[in-house]
Order: sequence, then structure tokens, then C-alpha cells
Amino acid sequence: MIEVRNLQKSYGALDVLAGVSLHVEQGEFVSILGPSGCGKSTLFSILTGIEPADGGEILIDGAPPTEPRPCAWMPQSDALFPWRTVEQNIALGFEVAGGHGRREASERARALLPTFGLEGFGDTRPYHLSGGMRQRAALARTVAQGRDTLLLDEPFGALDALTRTDLQLWLGDIWARERWTVVLITHDVREAVLLSDRIYVLGPRPGTVVGEFEVSLPRPRGIATLGSPAAAELEVELLQALRVGQDATL
Amino acid sequence: MSRARGILERVWPPLVVLALGVVAWEFYSRLSGIGNAVLPPPSRVVQSGWADHASLWDNTLPTLREVLIGFAVSLVFAFVVSVAIDASGIARRSLMPVLIGSQTIPLIVLAPLVVIWFGFGLTPKILLVALVTFFPIVVGLVEGYASSDRDAITLLRTMGARWPTTFRLVRLPAALPGFFTGLRIAITYAVVAAIFAEYAGAEFGLGVYMQGAKASFRTDLVLAAVVVSALLTLVLFAATYVVQALVIPWYAESKRVPQ
Ligand SMILES: Nc1ncnc2c1ncn2[C@@H]1O[C@H](COP(=O)(O)OP(=O)(O)O)[C@@H](O)[C@H]1O
Ligand SMILES: [Mg+2]
Repeated sequence: MIEVRNLQKSYGALDVLAGVSLHVEQGEFVSILGPSGCGKSTLFSILTGIEPADGGEILIDGAPPTEPRPCAWMPQSDALFPWRTVEQNIALGFEVAGGHGRREASERARALLPTFGLEGFGDTRPYHLSGGMRQRAALARTVAQGRDTLLLDEPFGALDALTRTDLQLWLGDIWARERWTVVLITHDVREAVLLSDRIYVLGPRPGTVVGEFEVSLPRPRGIATLGSPAAAELEVELLQALRVGQDATL
Repeated sequence: MSRARGILERVWPPLVVLALGVVAWEFYSRLSGIGNAVLPPPSRVVQSGWADHASLWDNTLPTLREVLIGFAVSLVFAFVVSVAIDASGIARRSLMPVLIGSQTIPLIVLAPLVVIWFGFGLTPKILLVALVTFFPIVVGLVEGYASSDRDAITLLRTMGARWPTTFRLVRLPAALPGFFTGLRIAITYAVVAAIFAEYAGAEFGLGVYMQGAKASFRTDLVLAAVVVSALLTLVLFAATYVVQALVIPWYAESKRVPQ
């Protein structure tokens, strides 16, 4: 379980996070929804220990985090290495984070391929993959790290709308089976509704939590779920929460 | 199939220009009465060069050896220095300005100096080739490291990796395309540097051969040696592409994929 209390961060004179508090329970899917530049990626940098916070605290299972943090990060760009095959890219998680030998890492990576719909593509290099497959490979590499929590930074942001919907549905399915603890950054309201147990809405920079929403839509969810009145109502509420923050800056 | 055609399409335009130049030169030196001691026609350069090919070859091998050994020495040092620069801010701040400053010393000054210091043997030639090729290789590597994807480095850091691991897994592979570019620039200097060192004092080599031919007014043989040294550079240049294709096949491939 991750608890973030009153987190603050500035870059020089630029206040990026102004007291963000949130928590993520074991096995929960939490989304962080907010406009571009409100400090969502910065929040992840602090959670992974890459950037120090200026104030506030992070507790993991009730205690200050130890290094390396029990979080596996998936960057906004997929950051797949072109000099490695898909399998070797996934193996990176086992190799570096898991401390497994090269051969064992490869074997474990190979075993993950079917789960991520990449069977038969293990020896392909990432530049030959479609955008959707690249994201799945990057997600596999994140899972391969064997950490408790997955931090996914706009994983589908760069995809075309159709592929994005496919991947959202796919992630929903695979999450229902694997029950990872996930924190997903997005600025796509529909994506947050489709996937999350809970949604935090951040206001524009400096980021603060302007709203917290339980998503009580039944699972499994699909395209039909999005058409339900409850989902539509939630989407409207989320959009309003996002706008409240924005009106303040306009 | 289409790749071979692509290469062919890139090769023929310069060849046509070259052929036109050679034909113009042939006509000019035959018809202008300029004389073989000043500008012999290319046909004569080829004839004389071929007639003297045994001696030319005997003098090409030492030059090639100097170039290759000098290059190997340069590679080792350039790699070590580039790693030091990447690993430590102090090394970067203290070494880079000195390296850049060193590039202002002209080759013409350096050649006699290394001969004064190290004599007429192989050492001064190796040293000069190494000195001249060192800088572009270091710069290629250092800028290559800096071109690594930031997210890739951050990703490894979130996995708990420190510099040695990020260097090995990201920075070094990411630097290889830049390294090969530096290598190609270096190679165009290498043969010239070896010939310069031979000019300053040597027993064998293309530089010695040219000096001898010049002293006996055999301009045709001087030009034949020039052609050989140009061919040498071209062969080495082409070799870097072959090695590159073997070492980083992903680089050319990833650029060929449309996206
Ligand atoms: N390392 C940094 N140095 C200075 N400013 C930064 C740095 N990282 C992010 N910022 C700034 O902080 C703000 C929030 O960035 P980010 O967290 O990436 O936003 P988001 O992910 O919500 O779009 C932006 O204005 C960005 O320019
Ligand atoms: Mg971001």
C-alpha cells in the first residue's frame, strides 16, 4: 500500500506539486487524471525516487520507502531499446531489477510473451512493431521487474484512437486476471472510467487533488460499460472536476 | 535487390564526375604542351604506376601498417578517455577543453616534432596517426553517450541501476552510431597523417616514395602514389561501413522502417 501525504515539489521558481495526498491499496487500480503539465509525471519521479520531494512524505506499507523502491515505472515514451529484441527488452526488467542472469532473464521474458500478445515476436526488434505492440512490450518489461506496484505514465497517449481503445480493453482484461497494483496517469477521462477502481483528479499546475472518485461500475467492463448511464454520469462529473480547476486559470 | 540498386544509384554520379575530370585532364596535358614533368596525363600515371607496382606496393604496406597500428592505439585511448569523461564531471571539465585546444596544433608542426622526439622508426608514425584520429573518435563517443534516450536512463535508474550498468546497457550502445561517424572522419585523416610523418623522416612508405619520385622529377610516380593513398583511404572508409553493419545492424534497419 502506498500513501502520499501533502507532497510538494518545485523546480526553481516553478511550483509543480502543491500538497498532493493520495493512497493506493494493494491490488487496486488507481488513475490520476489531470491536464498536461500539472505535475503527473513529476509525481512518478518522486515515487520512484528519481527526484527528491521538497515537502510531504511517502509511506509504503506504513514505513518510509527503502531503495530500490517497490515500484516499476513505465515511461511516457516506451523507451524500448532498438539494439535489443522484444524478448531482450522484456528481459531487461528481470536482469536489472530482478538481478537474474542473462539466460534466466531471457527464459522468463520468453514465458511472458503470450500473456502480452507478443508470441512469435520475441526475436523482432521494436522498430518493426506496431504502436500497440510496442506498448505491450513496454508493459511486459515493467511487469518483469517483479515490483509490487506498476506506475504507468500515459501508456496509450501516443496511440491512434482505435488502437488506444483496443489496448484499454486489453489492459482491463489482463488486469482482471493478474490483479497488479496499478497507478495509471492519463488525461483521457474515458480511459480512467473504463479501467479504474478509483480516480484522482489533479488541477492545473501547481498540482493538487481537486477530486477523488470511486468507480463502482461492475467488472468485467467492456465497450458496453461505457454506454451505461452510470459511466456517462461519472464522465460528466470528471470533466466538470477538470474544468473547475481550469476555470481558475483562464 | 532494391538496396543494391540504391547503392548503384549513389555510386554512379560521382564516378561520372570523376571520369569527366580524368578525361579533361588527359586532353589538357596532351594538347597544352605542359610537359610530363609538370602534369603527366592520367594514362601515363597509370602506365608508370603499373610499371613500378612492386615498389609502390612495398611502400604502401608500411604506410598501411602505420595507419592500422596508429588507429588501434587511438581507439584504445579514445575509448578509455571517453569513458572517463562520461563517468566523471571533473574528467569532462578538465579533459574536454584540453582536447579541443590540442586540435589547434597543425599537423605540419607536429610531424617534425614527433620525429625529433621519437626518431625515424615506427613509433613517431603511430603516434602521429593516433594523435590525429584520437579527437574525432573521442568526440563521436562522448556525444554519442550524451545522445542516449533520457527515459531509457531514468528507467534503468528506477530499476536500481548505477552508472556502470546504465553505461553498459544504454549509453554505450546508444553511442555506437556516433562512434562510427567519428571513426569515418578519423580515417580520412589517418593516411594523410602517416604520409606526413614519413615526409618528416622514414625509410619506407608512400611519403618516402613520393619524395623520391619528386626528387627525380617523376611527377607521374608522385601522382601514382597519390592515387594509391586515396584508394587506401577509400578502402578503409568503406571498411567502416562493413564493420558498422556487422556491429550495429539495428541502426540502419531502424532508419529504414517508415514511421
Ligand atoms: N526536471 C525538470 N526541471 C524543470 N522543470 C521541470 C522538470 N520536470 C518537469 N518540469 C516542469 O514541471 C511541470 C510539470 O511537468 P510534468 O510532471 O511532466 O507534467 P505532466 O506529466 O502532468 O504533463 C512542467 O511545467 C514541466 O515543464
Ligand atoms: Mg507527463
